[in-house]
Amino acid sequence: MFTLTGDPDGEEPYVSNPSGDGTNARGPMSGDYLLQVSGVSKEFPGVKALDQMHLELRKGEVLALVGENGAGKSTLMKLLAGVYTPDSGRFLLDGEEVEISGPKHAQELGVSIIHQEFNLMPDLTVAQNIYIGREPRWGDFLLSEKRLNEAASALFERLELPLDPRQKVSELTVAKQQMVEIAKALSYDARVLIMDEPTAALNDAEVAVLHDLIRRFRTPETGVIYISHRMDELKAISDRIEVIRDGRYIDTLTTSETTMREVISLMVGRELKENVRPETEHGTDEVVLAVRGLSTKELLHDVSFELHRGEILGFAGLMGAGRTEVARAIVGADRHSAGEIELKGTSVRLPNPSVAAANGIGYLSEDRKRFGLLLDQRVGFNVALSSLTKYVGLGVFMKDNAIRVTAREMVETLRIKTPSIDQTVQNLSGGNQQKVVIAKWLVKDCDVLIFDEPTRGIDVGAKEEIYQLLNRLAAEGKAIIMISSELPEVLRMSHRVAVMCEGRLTALLAADEADQESIMHYATLRPDVLGAVDETPEAEMQEAGTR
Amino acid sequence: MTQTAVQGAQAPALNRGRLRAGLQQLLAFASLIVIVIFFSLTSDVFFTYDNLVNNVLVSTVVVGLLAVGTTFVIITGGIDLSIGTGMSLCAVMSGVFIENLGLPLWLGVLGAVLVGGLIGAVNGAAVAFFKFPPFIATLAMMLIAQGLALVISHTSPIYFTKAPGYIDLASGSIIPGIDVPNAVLIFFVTAIIAAILLNKTIVGRYTYAIGSNADATAISGINVRRWTWVVYVIGGLFIGLAGVMISARLASAQPATGQGYELQAIAAVVIGGTSLAGGKGSMVGTVIGSLIIAVLNNGLQLISVPQEWQNVVLGCVILFAVYMDMLRRRER
Repeated sequence: MFTLTGDPDGEEPYVSNPSGDGTNARGPMSGDYLLQVSGVSKEFPGVKALDQMHLELRKGEVLALVGENGAGKSTLMKLLAGVYTPDSGRFLLDGEEVEISGPKHAQELGVSIIHQEFNLMPDLTVAQNIYIGREPRWGDFLLSEKRLNEAASALFERLELPLDPRQKVSELTVAKQQMVEIAKALSYDARVLIMDEPTAALNDAEVAVLHDLIRRFRTPETGVIYISHRMDELKAISDRIEVIRDGRYIDTLTTSETTMREVISLMVGRELKENVRPETEHGTDEVVLAVRGLSTKELLHDVSFELHRGEILGFAGLMGAGRTEVARAIVGADRHSAGEIELKGTSVRLPNPSVAAANGIGYLSEDRKRFGLLLDQRVGFNVALSSLTKYVGLGVFMKDNAIRVTAREMVETLRIKTPSIDQTVQNLSGGNQQKVVIAKWLVKDCDVLIFDEPTRGIDVGAKEEIYQLLNRLAAEGKAIIMISSELPEVLRMSHRVAVMCEGRLTALLAADEADQESIMHYATLRPDVLGAVDETPEAEMQEAGTR
Repeated sequence: MTQTAVQGAQAPALNRGRLRAGLQQLLAFASLIVIVIFFSLTSDVFFTYDNLVNNVLVSTVVVGLLAVGTTFVIITGGIDLSIGTGMSLCAVMSGVFIENLGLPLWLGVLGAVLVGGLIGAVNGAAVAFFKFPPFIATLAMMLIAQGLALVISHTSPIYFTKAPGYIDLASGSIIPGIDVPNAVLIFFVTAIIAAILLNKTIVGRYTYAIGSNADATAISGINVRRWTWVVYVIGGLFIGLAGVMISARLASAQPATGQGYELQAIAAVVIGGTSLAGGKGSMVGTVIGSLIIAVLNNGLQLISVPQEWQNVVLGCVILFAVYMDMLRRRER
C-alpha cells in the first residue's frame, strides 16, 4: 500500500487511512450515524445559500466537506453552530431530532465548532480563554486562578499540547491560537468537532500536529467534520469526502476509492465546463507593469508576472491564496519584504496607494463600500474624489462646474443609472456603485486598473454590463488585473490566468490552457509539496499507522 | 511528547509574557519616581511629610476614586464622561439628604453613593441595552447630571453644618497616632478592593473579556449586555463615593465644580497604561497615574509654575505616556 508513486495529477487511487478503525469496511447501519443533516435549506435575501442540504457523519469517522468558494460550507457550519436557524429541514444527533437554539446550546449538545476566524479574547490568558464562563470559583464570585491553571494544565497534558496556561493569547503564534481553540472545544466534551479550514494559516509541521490531534480525538463515539481546500490533506486525514456545490449536496465519496481529479470535477461541476472565451483579442506585447519576486512577511512568496497593455489578467485562487495581498502589495497598501515593481520599464517605489495612484495604478477594492466610496456623498463628489487637485482654481476654490461636467460625462459613458449626479451613492444599486468607483479611477487617468472581485454583490444583469465595460477599457489600452473567486468569470474575461495558492503563483495559463479543472488543480496544489503531492501524506500516514 | 518536554517548551514563553505585562506598570512607576526626585531637588517643601500626605495624597483622592471606577468602564472598551458632573450631583444629593432632609449621616452617605450607582445604571442601560455609543450616552449624562445638580441646589453650595461627622469622613484621622486623613485611607482601601474585584473575581474577568473581544465573549455563552451594565454601575458607585469625599473635604456641596474632573480621571487611567481600545489595563497603573497627576500639580505649584502651564505639562505627559504604550504594542 505504500508503493504508490507520486503523481501530481492524482490519477492514482487514494489509499485508505491505515489508522482508521474500519468504519469504511462496515456498511452504514442505522445507529451508526452521529450527526445527520437532512433536507436543510437556508435562504438569504436574494440568495439560496443552502438547498435541501444533506450530510451524514458516521461515528468514528473524519468526514471532509469540500466545495468551491460560496458553495455553502460556511452557512452549513453556522447552522450547526446555532448562529443561523434553518428555513426547513432537520438535524439529527444520534438519530434523534434536535433544534440547535444558539452557540451555547450547540456546545451543550456536544457540537463544537472551530471557526475560520478565531473566537478568542487576545488579552486573556490561555486558561482564561478556555474556561471563560465556567471558571473554577470560590463561591459564585471569587475566581481561583490556581485551580483554573491546574485544570488547563491537566487538559493540555491529556491532549499533549505544548501550551502554557498563563500565557496571553495575543502572544501566541497562529498555530498555537488554533490549539487553544481546539483545546477549548475539546474541554466541552465535544462529540462532534467541526473544523473550518483549520490549516489555512499553518505550516507543514503544524499541520502534522493538528492531524495527530484529530486522530487522537477520534474514538468510536466521536466524529469530525473537516472543511478544507487542500486536496493532499483530505486523503491524509479523512475517511470520506462530501462534495457540495451551489448550496446543494452533490455526492459523498470514500476517500480510499476516489481520486483528486474526481473530487475536483465534482466540485466545479460538469455542466459549467463549456469554455467561454474572452471576446476581445489578446493584449499587446507592450509590458506596462512588471512585478518581480514580490514577497511579504505574512503570506506572499516570490510572486512574479508581467501585465501587458490592453490585457485582462485574471487572478484565480481560493480564499486566502493571497490574490488581494498581491494587489495591496503592488499599490503599497501593505509593505513588501522583497521584490521589485517596474512601471513601463522603470523601477518604481510605491510606498502607499496615493503614490501608486499618482503613477497611474488604481486599486478597486473588493470592499467598495469601505474602501471605494463615500456612501453618503453624491455621485459627482465621488467621481472627482481622487482627482480633486485637478479641479482647483486660484489655489483654493473648487471648480464645481468643471467637476459637474466631468461627472456628467462619466455617468453617460459608463451608463451609470442615476437620476442625477447629485444622487447620494448609497441609493444606487451595487452595479452602479461599482461603475462610480470605476469612473473615479478613469478621471484619475490610470493606465493600470486592479479590480478586486469587480462583480461581488452585483446581480446578473449588471454583471454583464461590468464585463462589457472591462472589455472596453482593455480595448482602449488599459492594462487590467481582475481578481475573482468565480471561475466562470475568470475564464470568460481573462486573456491570461494567474493562479495562486498559499501566497505563491502556481501557474500562469494562457486563455486556451485555462479551464475549471486546470485552475482548480493549481489552486489546490500546495506549492511547497509540488511534485511530491502523493508522497508527503504517505509518510504521515505511515507514521500514524505505526503509532 | 513527554510531560517534561511540554513544560520545557513553555518556560521561556512564560517569562517573556510576565515581563511584558509588568513593563508598563514599571514604566509608569519609574516615571512617578523620577518626577518625585525632580521636585524633591527643585523644591524644599515638596519632600516633607506634611506636603506629601496633606497636599499630594489628599488631592489624589477625588481624581483617584473617579479613575479607579472608570478603569472598569475603559477596560470594557467604553468611556464615561459623566463622572465629573455626576460627582457634583452626588455631592449635592449628599447635602440634600443630610442638611435638607436631616437624614442620619450613614444613610445620607449611602444615599449619595447609591445616586452614583443610579447614574451608572442609566449609563450602563443606554450602552448595554439600547446600544448607544458610550461617548454619546455619557456625554448626555454629563449634561443631565450638571443640570440636575444646579437645579436641585438652586445653583448655590450646600454647607454641611448639621453633621460634624461628615467633614471628619475626609479630614479626620481614624487611626490614632498616625496623621493620615481618612480620605486617603478610604481611597487606598477602595482601590485595593477594586483591584481584587478586577483581578480575582468573575466581574473583572468578564470586564477584560468584553473589552478584548465582545463577540467571542458572547459566543462563549456569557451575557455580555448584563455584565457591561454591571461594570457601569460599579463605575457609578465610585462616582458617588467621590461625591461624598469632595463635599466632605470642602465641608460643602459645590454644584458646579465637578466639570473637568472626568478628563483628569481619564488621563490618570491612560497614563497608568490602560488602553482606551479596551481589554488592557490595571488598577495599580490607575493608582500610579492618579499619583503622577497629583504630584505634577502640586510640584509645579511649589516651584511657582503658573496654574495655566500645569495643564500644558499634563497634556504633554499624556501624549508621552500613550506614545510609549503605542511603541510597546508595535514591537509585538
